[in-house]
Amino acid sequence: MNAVGRVTATDDVRFAAYELDDAYDEMFTPEGVPRPHYSSLFDRLLDLSPAELEMRQQTADLSFLHQGVTFTVYSDARGTERIFPYDLLPRIITAGEWETVERGLIQRITALNLFLHDIYHKGQILADRVVPFDLVYSSKHYRREMCGLDTPHGVYVAVTGTDLIRLTDGRFAVLEDNLRVPSGASYMLANRQVMKRIFPGLFSLYGVRPLEFYGQALQNTLAALSPASPDETTIVLLSPGVYNSAYFEHTFLARQMGIPLVEGRDLAVHDNTVYMRTTAGLRRVDVIYRRIDDDFIDPLIFRKDSMLGVAGLFNAYRAGNVTLANAVGTGVADDKAVYAYVPAIIRYYLGEEPILPNIETYQCADPKERGYVLANLDKLVVKAVGESGGYGMLVGPHSTVEERETFRSLIEANPRNYIAQPTINLSRAPCFLDGRVEARHVDLRPYILYGKRVTILPGGLTRVALRRGSLVVNSSQGGGSKDTWVLNW
Amino acid sequence: MNAMLSRVADSLYWMSRYLERADHVARQLDVHLTIVTEQAVDAARRRRRRLITCLVDEKEHAAAESSDYELADLLTFDEDNPSSIVNCIAAARENARQVREQINSQMWEQINQMHLTVRSQPMQSLWNGQPHSFYHWINQEVYRFQGITDSRITRDQGWHFIQIGRYLERASETADSLNVDFRELYASGLEIDAIDQQTYLDWVGLLRGCAAYEAYSKVYAANVQPRHIVEFLLLNPNFPYSVHFGINRIQSSLQVVGEETETPKSARVYRLGGRLRAMLDYAQVDEIMESGLGSYLLNIQNQCGQIHQAIYETYIAYSIEDKLKAA
Repeated sequence: MNAVGRVTATDDVRFAAYELDDAYDEMFTPEGVPRPHYSSLFDRLLDLSPAELEMRQQTADLSFLHQGVTFTVYSDARGTERIFPYDLLPRIITAGEWETVERGLIQRITALNLFLHDIYHKGQILADRVVPFDLVYSSKHYRREMCGLDTPHGVYVAVTGTDLIRLTDGRFAVLEDNLRVPSGASYMLANRQVMKRIFPGLFSLYGVRPLEFYGQALQNTLAALSPASPDETTIVLLSPGVYNSAYFEHTFLARQMGIPLVEGRDLAVHDNTVYMRTTAGLRRVDVIYRRIDDDFIDPLIFRKDSMLGVAGLFNAYRAGNVTLANAVGTGVADDKAVYAYVPAIIRYYLGEEPILPNIETYQCADPKERGYVLANLDKLVVKAVGESGGYGMLVGPHSTVEERETFRSLIEANPRNYIAQPTINLSRAPCFLDGRVEARHVDLRPYILYGKRVTILPGGLTRVALRRGSLVVNSSQGGGSKDTWVLNW
Repeated sequence: MNAMLSRVADSLYWMSRYLERADHVARQLDVHLTIVTEQAVDAARRRRRRLITCLVDEKEHAAAESSDYELADLLTFDEDNPSSIVNCIAAARENARQVREQINSQMWEQINQMHLTVRSQPMQSLWNGQPHSFYHWINQEVYRFQGITDSRITRDQGWHFIQIGRYLERASETADSLNVDFRELYASGLEIDAIDQQTYLDWVGLLRGCAAYEAYSKVYAANVQPRHIVEFLLLNPNFPYSVHFGINRIQSSLQVVGEETETPKSARVYRLGGRLRAMLDYAQVDEIMESGLGSYLLNIQNQCGQIHQAIYETYIAYSIEDKLKAA
């Protein structure tokens, strides 16, 4: 790594601790000069006193608290709730950069939908040995119950939240495809609402692409997948309920779409038709935007002990009387071991080169690659293939000897369950912390909607590893978020 | 046919009831703390006991009976008392949280702020130093919530379930206060027209506790008579805290809900409401006093309970099998 550089554009004390090194910096060039699209923000930062910035931070925090944009720490009568840490400074992406991201995401999600349709029907890609069949069949998210079942318009993944990171050369790359129940869109929208109130002048000066239409776009996407006619379609959002940590998001999205939020206990299945219990009696349900994992949606088919789902739901689904979005069994395509084959999957179905690169991935199931992984545990990031949210993960350079030994035995016991990747120096963006501006690692989760057509929200959720030096951005692991601006220019 | 999730109707109803209860408890305490400053030790103790009877489920509270501080603490902050103000607000807010996508953001923010602020340090100090300002704040915040609700929400079933919750709670609280106060004050052998200074304070307290003193004075001038109090709090059709007014509102809301849901069983709920309404429409205060106010009020309470029960059986907790058979 290079020696730590410094911001040369100012000697303002607030930038004294700003690190510049190998990692791509969103705001500054390696020479320490603001990039053109960041220069207005940079000037504004120098204009504002730390006290003013602090005040705006407090206004933002209070606004999140009062809106209830919170997660529950533990549920007692007093309902202790915390807000997700929000960073004041926007992350800015130019129109040119976004154009590539958008094309890359459309390509990727199109190929992944074709892949899902294929493996749950003929399995051509497996027969052609492009993806090893045992990799697919051994995935814990592969659902044989889905075989031969047709989904509306062949859409499996209606809502995707792909995790992108920026490599040291500034290119965006895909870190993870989240194809099951991706969350966070509500934070993207809430961040934007607050941002417009905190920096109204700067916001309008910049020419930022709007996100407001997300609710309607999501509603249209879901309606397009309905088995009923559009005028008579009833769409609901199925939530695990008020104790789920993403409950705020569920209520937020239901309100944005103007659809009922239901829990399992509000639904009943009769004659393979799903009904909800209303004041006017039972009413038919056509599309379920479900925010519950496959395992829990139907105790008759999947986990018997699930209290969150609805008995009989899967058979109603098989009968084609109700649409589940996302479809059941999509997790097989975001299995971290299958991830390594996505470039091949894109080439196979679309005959195109991938626009967004993958991160190099070592399969522990492969004896040669496993040997390399075990010899380099201190340099690599090891991930359990079926996990998400930053769980089941070892960050080699930041790990202890004991942690590495634990992972060594885990990998040896169940190699199929692990992959490894080089430790990526995620890009850094300026953050306002304790009265100073410091650089912190960030990623980006854009949201892709797939109904009759593909819609991509301009921007997404930028997650921040708020601890200095940390590379883990997950909210469950001490991460925060910031507003993401995609510019018109 | 307009549909609304049964669970949502349930939450809106209870959100509204709990908030109305918080408002009532705050007003009762505010009035109480003003009145006891002028009352003899004995009268004050009896007053505290009556409040406990009306406002707490568990009736044995020796400490609260002998100290205003303990009483106010029990009714305001006590975590173990389900009807304490903070618990009522928390329960109202929890119900609101369960239907957040149904109520508008302003309603949610108001109830959420109330919940967060009532437990804050500044509010605790305010309660300690100036309880009057504290309770006044609670009443203002509840009015603010109801104002946002009334001025912004669509007049669909949801709004009517909110109305039913509010007025059932209000009617039953007014009836409760009347009952408990009359049992003690009226039965203590007073001539109707001869009120001594001590009990005068209690009668005024009854009116104030039901937010009725100023409105009462406009009808009867400053002439506090138990008979007039009954007439006003029970039978006046135009005063928003009277039982009669509440039942009228409940009945109109039940009618709309019945029409919107087109549920066959709604006729039964409507009939129960109509019966109680008719009973109040044609009642004479003298007859009520003669035949016994206590049993009359008990009858009203029972009928309110039946209405609640019938609403649940018809719209909320019905059996799915029955509905499938009907369809």
